[in-house]
Amino acid sequence: MAYSDKVIDHYNNPRNVGALPKEDPNVGTGLVGAPECGDVMKLQIKVNEQSGLIEDAKFKTFGCGSAIASSSLATEWVKGKTLTEALAIKNTDIVKELSLPPVKIHCSVLAEDAIKAAISDWKKKHDNNGK
Amino acid sequence: MVKLPIYMDNHATTPLDPRVLDAMMPYLTDRFGNAASRNHKFGWEAEEAVEEGRKQIAALIGADPREIVITSGATESDNLAVKGVALMYREKGDHIITCVTEHKAILDTCKHLEKEGFRVTFLPVGSNGLIDLDDLRKAITDKTILISIMTANNEVGVIQDVKDIGKIARERGVLFHTDAVQAAGKVPFNVNEMNVDIASLSAHKVYGPKGVGALYVRRRNPRVLLTPIIDGGGHERGMRSGTLNVPGIVGFGRAAQLAREELATESAEMFRLREKLRTTLERELDEIYINGDLQKRLPGNLNMSFAYVEGESLLMGINDVAVSSGSACTSASLEPSYVLKALGVGEDLAHTSIRFGIGRFNTEEEVDYVANRVIEVVRRLRELSPLYEMAKEGIDLKSVHWATETN
Repeated sequence: MAYSDKVIDHYNNPRNVGALPKEDPNVGTGLVGAPECGDVMKLQIKVNEQSGLIEDAKFKTFGCGSAIASSSLATEWVKGKTLTEALAIKNTDIVKELSLPPVKIHCSVLAEDAIKAAISDWKKKHDNNGK
Repeated sequence: MVKLPIYMDNHATTPLDPRVLDAMMPYLTDRFGNAASRNHKFGWEAEEAVEEGRKQIAALIGADPREIVITSGATESDNLAVKGVALMYREKGDHIITCVTEHKAILDTCKHLEKEGFRVTFLPVGSNGLIDLDDLRKAITDKTILISIMTANNEVGVIQDVKDIGKIARERGVLFHTDAVQAAGKVPFNVNEMNVDIASLSAHKVYGPKGVGALYVRRRNPRVLLTPIIDGGGHERGMRSGTLNVPGIVGFGRAAQLAREELATESAEMFRLREKLRTTLERELDEIYINGDLQKRLPGNLNMSFAYVEGESLLMGINDVAVSSGSACTSASLEPSYVLKALGVGEDLAHTSIRFGIGRFNTEEEVDYVANRVIEVVRRLRELSPLYEMAKEGIDLKSVHWATETN
């Protein structure tokens, strides 16, 4: 299967690889996928308390090149966005940006899910803190 | 400096040996005759070349040339063997025994026959990839007409106990077919010593051309009869009609001759290189697992799972090396290898498997290069892998509740 140049670029130079401290109240962690399915993504966001913007994002992915590229791109896109803006990122945007073929669409879906899971983890922390 | 890309996928196909091409060339040019033309020189020289090729193919497996039926390849050979026996011996019985790790050419043929009313037993394999001979003994009934078990597996390279299987078949009066495509020419394979009645062979797995294969069909003790699956001019003693692929047969013959003459030295060299690859990877990387039995295995085969690193992403990282993966992502089906599944390899590890197929033209420098690239890329991808991170933190991945709503 031929990969698009953008997928290859993200695979060779993944952006924002790493981990943020899970316990940090400003960090939201999303872990989606399953090893049996061949894809697991961990995407983390750090939200600035004052501005409400995502000031940092990190990921680690077990999966094919398209899965790595989708999650790498997702971290790039969420940075500097508000949570509402980040939630508006659609898997189809990722498919378009990376020119993913139909059999790799699930990778983009997983990346979208990872963003949502990270945000919901952050929200959960803040709901709890509020109580 | 090694020449890139490196081809190390010799179970898929092998490069044509230049000596084979030399033998074929005259039959691709001046000597274009039809081997069935009985009344002129063009036909005679073609027929002579075919018979010489047939002799060499037969010699590779210890058969008589009259027992070799030329086909278009191993898929056709497998079809002819299984369907040919099933249709010929239908009066005698309707039961076939095979195994879950067979090539699709056998499995799908058997499933086709099931739809036509035959009963098929698909024997399981152990984690080493081998069938249990007691399972086989128990599966045989009065209605069993054929046992079809491959000699060497194309994915994990595991070599079944063919001689014992053949003995059991013979004791029970059941015909024994083996798909010997990966084994013949790579390890000693003799139809008489191994009690084989029917065997499938392919030229392009032994440095011959694509598009030509053969089926060994025993002539005596027992004499095997097959119902042809292709009707026509009655070539190949009525078992396989169709104009003979003269250059292909010449090439197959030459390839078989070379394989036979060089088998001992070549298999020792394949083994040495394979072991170097294996021991280097095992020394440098933790949590890597060999799939299938290591002893009963083709000398050039190494099938390994690299935990926490998805196979396709590994292939992408070593893109100047041609190997293959048992991961779902390399196929359209999104299902990981059924062979690894049958060995009890978990889907998580099946997704991380790579098959290395070392062949005649691989060098030690290439093996060193491949080992280094794999080590480098596995390390890099593990740094990227959330699973590796979790495992290092001491989290049992099996205990994690994975959200799988998207799959």
